[in-house]
Amino acid sequence: MEGFWAAFFPVLRIWFTCVVVLIMLPAMFGISLGITETYMKLLIKSLEWATHRIQRASRAEEILKHSASNGLIQRDNSSLEQEIEELRRNRPKSAERGDFTLSDVLYFTKTGIESIVEDDVTQRFTSEELVSWNLLTRTNNNFQYISLRLTVLWGVGLVVRYGILLPLRITLTAIGLSWLVIGTTMVGFLPNFRVKGWLSELVHVMCYRICARGLSATIHYHNKKNRPKRGGICVANHTSPIDVVILANDSCYAMVGQVHGGLMGVLQRAMERSCPHIWFERAEMRDRHLVTQRLRDHVNDKTKLPILIFPEGTCINNTSVMMFKKGSFEIGGTIYPVAIKYDPQFGDAFWNSSKYSMVSYLLRMMTSWAIVCNVWYLPPMTQQEGEDAVQFANRVKSTIAQQGGLVDLAWDGGLKRAKVKDSLKEQQQKKYSHMVVGDDSSD
Amino acid sequence: MGSTSSTLLKIPNVEELVQETGFSPAHIIRLYDRFKVLDKEGRGHLCPQDFGAIKELAMNPIRDRIISAFFSPGKETVDFNTFVRILAHFRPVDKDRPKDPNSPEPINSRSNKLKFAFQLYDQDKDGKISRDELLKVLRDMLGMQVTEEQLESIADRTIQEADLDRDDAISFEEFRKSLEKVNIDHKMSIRFLR
Repeated sequence: MEGFWAAFFPVLRIWFTCVVVLIMLPAMFGISLGITETYMKLLIKSLEWATHRIQRASRAEEILKHSASNGLIQRDNSSLEQEIEELRRNRPKSAERGDFTLSDVLYFTKTGIESIVEDDVTQRFTSEELVSWNLLTRTNNNFQYISLRLTVLWGVGLVVRYGILLPLRITLTAIGLSWLVIGTTMVGFLPNFRVKGWLSELVHVMCYRICARGLSATIHYHNKKNRPKRGGICVANHTSPIDVVILANDSCYAMVGQVHGGLMGVLQRAMERSCPHIWFERAEMRDRHLVTQRLRDHVNDKTKLPILIFPEGTCINNTSVMMFKKGSFEIGGTIYPVAIKYDPQFGDAFWNSSKYSMVSYLLRMMTSWAIVCNVWYLPPMTQQEGEDAVQFANRVKSTIAQQGGLVDLAWDGGLKRAKVKDSLKEQQQKKYSHMVVGDDSSD
Repeated sequence: MGSTSSTLLKIPNVEELVQETGFSPAHIIRLYDRFKVLDKEGRGHLCPQDFGAIKELAMNPIRDRIISAFFSPGKETVDFNTFVRILAHFRPVDKDRPKDPNSPEPINSRSNKLKFAFQLYDQDKDGKISRDELLKVLRDMLGMQVTEEQLESIADRTIQEADLDRDDAISFEEFRKSLEKVNIDHKMSIRFLR
């Protein structure tokens, strides 16, 4: 037993020194040694080769056809009115006002069956399907056994990911988080000089950079000139808890959220010591006025950091943007929209909270190839005259969807867990009744 | 590593299904994946609540009728094969299928599509759409947006136009005649993109 430890200790020391020197220090100061770049190049080459092999071997090429949409079936984008008009087109018109025809029911039948085969909402709460396999078993849905070489590559990948990358990443994340707690607590002891703010930001950014390395995250920031400024509100689409790490790598934000216990609670309290964040007790979250007031106070204080909010309220699978809750847009202040798009080829970042717990999610993240994403800072937007909070929210949502190449949906992300309201059905009925009885229907 | 052939093996009587419905094996796999997503508890069959959980379907005024089209009378569950057979009604018509008088009519023929639509109206399956049944459908589609009188006058007008043998109900033949100019293949077909 002793011999084992005697041999193990130097290995551990070398390992640690390597990690610190090669990864942690450069990360802290934002310098790149090029190790990650080389890794990514190698990875891309391997994946391209794998894709090539799969395509060569596959006779059923339709399965690998690139479809720009994630759609399964062809959907008409025309409205209820257009479709029913078309259905009635060949009938002789007996009355000038609308009319009912037996064929009207076909429209509702078809849309009903279409939604049974595929609906826009349910598919957004599961991971995006890949066009070609990326050598991770977890994304393997319909890919067949191709060749021995591919299997060997997959096996090598497995060993590399679980044997080398995983321990490395766990070490880094542990270092990152402990440094965050220690650093912010130390800064918290300083008196309130301007230096404190600068130091606090430095500590935060360094720790997030280490954590990002802990996930092998490669982030491309675009339009850095639009970076959120103090007294503003940063608004982004939500895919996973990692979004926070991704955004905080480049700039410092004041976080908003519920007070948690356990490890999260330790982190929250530590961060609170060095610079003001907004943590709510569970009971306080229900009082919307209280929430809005606290956020407003923070925004109006121009010395405080910009707030980071995810208006969707829940994690969506990064193929679409769902309804933005209007609460964030009622606070006033300038909104800085940010679009985040992950590249699914290297690792699926979406957190399916109904399927995976936080811990198993993080483990999956750390055993993926890498997290590659693009962050676009969009020009600031403010609420215009005559625009209410909902319209403003939708305007911001469209801008983010367009930049990120995501589908802009009006559905509420809360539908992940809740039922659809009857008012949606009534809306359909109303639209249809206008076609049948004309405009003198009772309203 | 998973493979398409292993998924196909999980589905019982898959060749029969392919023959009967005309879906390609790839499409059957897609539908199987969808079936599994809808069958959240993994029971191997769907019940009306599973359909009810589809968000987009919830806002369809005739949702309940469409859902009950999947369940045979008296049955409370639908298995995968029945699921596919019902959906097969919405497969686009095969234009170049050889007209073999001995083989049974394909599920997605124009006539069978019309029968499917007819049965959405004719809930008691007596082969006729009575005035009452028509009123019920109208009420479903229009909700509270119209008055009882308006509904009745619409129903009367519709029956007057379509009812050729003056028995105050619409038979399947009359239904078919009323829709003879509608492009059923376009309006009642769902096309797979992949």
